[in-house]
Amino acid sequence: MLSLWLVLGAIGLLCLSGLPACLLSFRSAMGQRLAVSLVVLGSLLGLGGVAAAYGEATPPTLHVPWFLPWGEFAVTLDSLSMVFLLPVFVVPALGAIYGLGYWKQAEHPDNGRRLGLFFGLLAGSMALVVIARDGVLFLMAWEAMALAAYFAATVEERDPEVRRAGWVYLIATHVGTLCLIAMFALWRNATGSLALSSGVAMSPAVGGTLFVLALIGFGFKAGLMPLHVWLPGAHANAPSHVSAVMSGVMLKMGVYGIVRMTALLPAPEAWWGGVLLGVGACTGIAGIAFAIGQQDIKRLLAYSSVENIGIIAMGLGLALLGRSQGRPDWVVLGLGSALLHVWNHACFKSLLFLIAGAVIHATGTREMDRLGGLAKRMPRAAILFVVGAVAICALPPLNGFVSEWLLYIGLFRTLDRGGGGASGALAAAAMASVGLALIGALAVACFVKLFGTVFLGAPRSDAVRHAHDPHAAMILPMIALALGCVGLGVLPMLAVGLLERAAGTWAAVPAGGMGAMSLAELAPLNWICYMGLGLLALLGVLMLVQKALSRGRALGKAGTWDCGYARPTARMQYTGSSLGQMLVGLFAFVTWPRRQEPQIAGPLATKSRFQSIMPDTVLDRLVIPVFDLAGLYLPRLRVLQQGQTQIYVLYILVTVIFLFLLGVLGAQP
Amino acid sequence: MIDLLIHVALLLLFPPLMLGVINKTKAWFAGRVGPPVLQTYYDLAKLVRKGMVISDTTTWVFRMGPVVTLATVLLAGLLIPFGRSGAPISFAGDLILFAYLFGLARFCTTTAALDTGSAFEGMGSAREVTFACLSEPALFFAFLVLAKASGSLTLTRMLHGPAGGFPMSAVAPLVCVGIGLFVVLLAETCRIPVDDPNTHLELTMIHEVMVLDHSGPLLGVILYAASLKMFVLGAVLMHVLVPFEAGAAWMGWPLFVLEMMGLAVAIGVVESMMARLQMRHVPYLLVAATLFCGFGFILMVR
Repeated sequence: MLSLWLVLGAIGLLCLSGLPACLLSFRSAMGQRLAVSLVVLGSLLGLGGVAAAYGEATPPTLHVPWFLPWGEFAVTLDSLSMVFLLPVFVVPALGAIYGLGYWKQAEHPDNGRRLGLFFGLLAGSMALVVIARDGVLFLMAWEAMALAAYFAATVEERDPEVRRAGWVYLIATHVGTLCLIAMFALWRNATGSLALSSGVAMSPAVGGTLFVLALIGFGFKAGLMPLHVWLPGAHANAPSHVSAVMSGVMLKMGVYGIVRMTALLPAPEAWWGGVLLGVGACTGIAGIAFAIGQQDIKRLLAYSSVENIGIIAMGLGLALLGRSQGRPDWVVLGLGSALLHVWNHACFKSLLFLIAGAVIHATGTREMDRLGGLAKRMPRAAILFVVGAVAICALPPLNGFVSEWLLYIGLFRTLDRGGGGASGALAAAAMASVGLALIGALAVACFVKLFGTVFLGAPRSDAVRHAHDPHAAMILPMIALALGCVGLGVLPMLAVGLLERAAGTWAAVPAGGMGAMSLAELAPLNWICYMGLGLLALLGVLMLVQKALSRGRALGKAGTWDCGYARPTARMQYTGSSLGQMLVGLFAFVTWPRRQEPQIAGPLATKSRFQSIMPDTVLDRLVIPVFDLAGLYLPRLRVLQQGQTQIYVLYILVTVIFLFLLGVLGAQP
Repeated sequence: MIDLLIHVALLLLFPPLMLGVINKTKAWFAGRVGPPVLQTYYDLAKLVRKGMVISDTTTWVFRMGPVVTLATVLLAGLLIPFGRSGAPISFAGDLILFAYLFGLARFCTTTAALDTGSAFEGMGSAREVTFACLSEPALFFAFLVLAKASGSLTLTRMLHGPAGGFPMSAVAPLVCVGIGLFVVLLAETCRIPVDDPNTHLELTMIHEVMVLDHSGPLLGVILYAASLKMFVLGAVLMHVLVPFEAGAAWMGWPLFVLEMMGLAVAIGVVESMMARLQMRHVPYLLVAATLFCGFGFILMVR
């Protein structure tokens, strides 16, 4: 029980962490330090609570009746909540420390306090989302999270692009919330209460509808294609540590919602898993295809988050398929890989966003084609970036590999389907592994492009000239996240206990009741550990040999080989756009890039321009045109929208009275 | 123990010979004497003794590239069974590690190339990562077929077949997969018709253009790692093409060496008979390889 109180205390501290600074001066460095220490303290408290809960046999629960006519204040800290609480308590704390160097209050007097306030509120409300066990409480925490993220992401609202991205986010998140309200209403109708507890019975049709509503409602937050529309803009325009928290943790709240609802719904059907697997594969491939075409560092990272959410969805789909087919091995591998990928993505994506922030801080531009050669000027950031990039490409020996490896084993195991059954559908599930392989190869291309363009070669513009490594407050959180990438990659066994318990909770079987299906037995994780260490050792030996070989040798220095051209310039380098050009061409049927090429006229070259941009297919070609069309015809309704609060309150009252009458009259017969 | 020693010895010493055999075959087709079969060993010995010239633009990434590539390929070589004995390292799911080790090698080779800031090496990197996206699905379709046919997730069992050999129903899929894997082998090891290791025009190369700036021992490491890669991927292909076993247990080793020699001759023949494809036609070839492997998969699970 103590564990739950610790977590609740942590939530309180996080939510209120920004308040004291609001009482101090708007330039006060003291206020910011106070806010950051409160966030860190709250997070440590929360981590202590999670550790204490891990030792408890039954999940601690708290029910308190409250002032609202519906529901109650019900919270539970079970193993699924614990899995998601860990990133909630780790990433925002590191982000807050990073903010001490990145977003100094003295340099941002007009929005520093606002950012501190909503940053803490965002972290606290996410923690509450994860432990809430009542529909109304969940929705309140959910809405607080969505709004806190909005205010934290749009602190630079003088910039019209930030305002636009904020609007898109606000609309998308509320459309999603609308689906969630419908879902909880249906849930209450089917089960008779708003309590989110398992062991309820409902017809398959209702269950299926609830699943679809959850998939759409939470899919908006998670960023499943084509519901990802808000994600690139919001991530690109938020301050980088807010982007890190949004991408590393807040997207996972959508994943948590899907995980929780599928855990509560009885008897999943085969098509649920199939849909999730298919949506996940499409999201992954399309997400990374869009990422390759981006020229803005942070937009690229945002699209890569979409890709990773797709991979997580594939794992969940496999687990659902396993539950519907009675295959505990698919459940353990699928859910294990999905939850492990949640942690992994929280580590490496936050790391990459923080480094991107440092690069932007040092150079003042997000355009990767204006950068280059930063590895010489920001050597520490470059090394950390390599760690993040190798991890996100799922390459051994880092953490991304482990979760994708589990998913591959699970997908390959669908080949072995025992006694017949729906062979076509399951062969399709196995083919998802080919999709995953494609995603992996594309991710390598994408991050080779990003790392190569930003950090390698020669500087492409003057923006790079004064760049230097960020100072300690910014670099320490990055080091912590990079250590997380290495640790989870080389010692994945440490995570197995919690993952297995979470899989047991999800599939509603008591601990140890999955038959002989333990994660370590299905997938020899200790081998991954040995191979990772072996690879690192082999690398070390070879490096030493190479050092020894080059000792005492003539070491010439020269310019890069340029085919004898006399006046090479940095602008002759391959740019990020040219690196991705072939792949953009291959995936043009999804991404629809727009190019303006000069026409060649006459024997002599004239001054000309080349431009290639990649608009978001869904947002820019579908959603915005529809909204523009609506904007043409709907202004007539503006008579209703007078901009006076009293009138809006009147509307609400009229609606409530109407609904009341409807209920009373409807109940009469 | 003896098998392990032979495995490691073959892995470390044999691969450069394959390049020699390929070049000898090509020379024979062209009516030339050609370089000695052991020429690659001489080249390696010479390169290791030389000094280095390093571009001012580069950083540690440039030096790491070849070293990481060599480490990953060596490790991958320990996951593949040679001949009839099992691989030295074998566990469920090692096939994924095998494929992703090559991914790590690709990441490091291409970033090392980009580190020089040369447009040519940028082109090579772009081509390398693009074509890998097309050959990776083919490889995984092949893995699916092998996993289904053998009922196992370890490379040793997948490549040696289930106890009692592959079933008859697996023959047609294996043939499809064999064709697809041969194309993947040519692409991944940068041979004609995908890439020409002997070309002298930087604009048209893939692998060779990425290593333009490497010299001395580092170039030697690259050359050696490239031959190792061909050897390891070739071993996978030969297991698929020759899935049966005959004779006493020790016969496995000489047969394996013969198979690999045969593969080298086959590559030499392809290189002599074909011209390099236009760069924009390479994707079609790789997609065809993926289709062959995918077709094999459909045949397998129908």
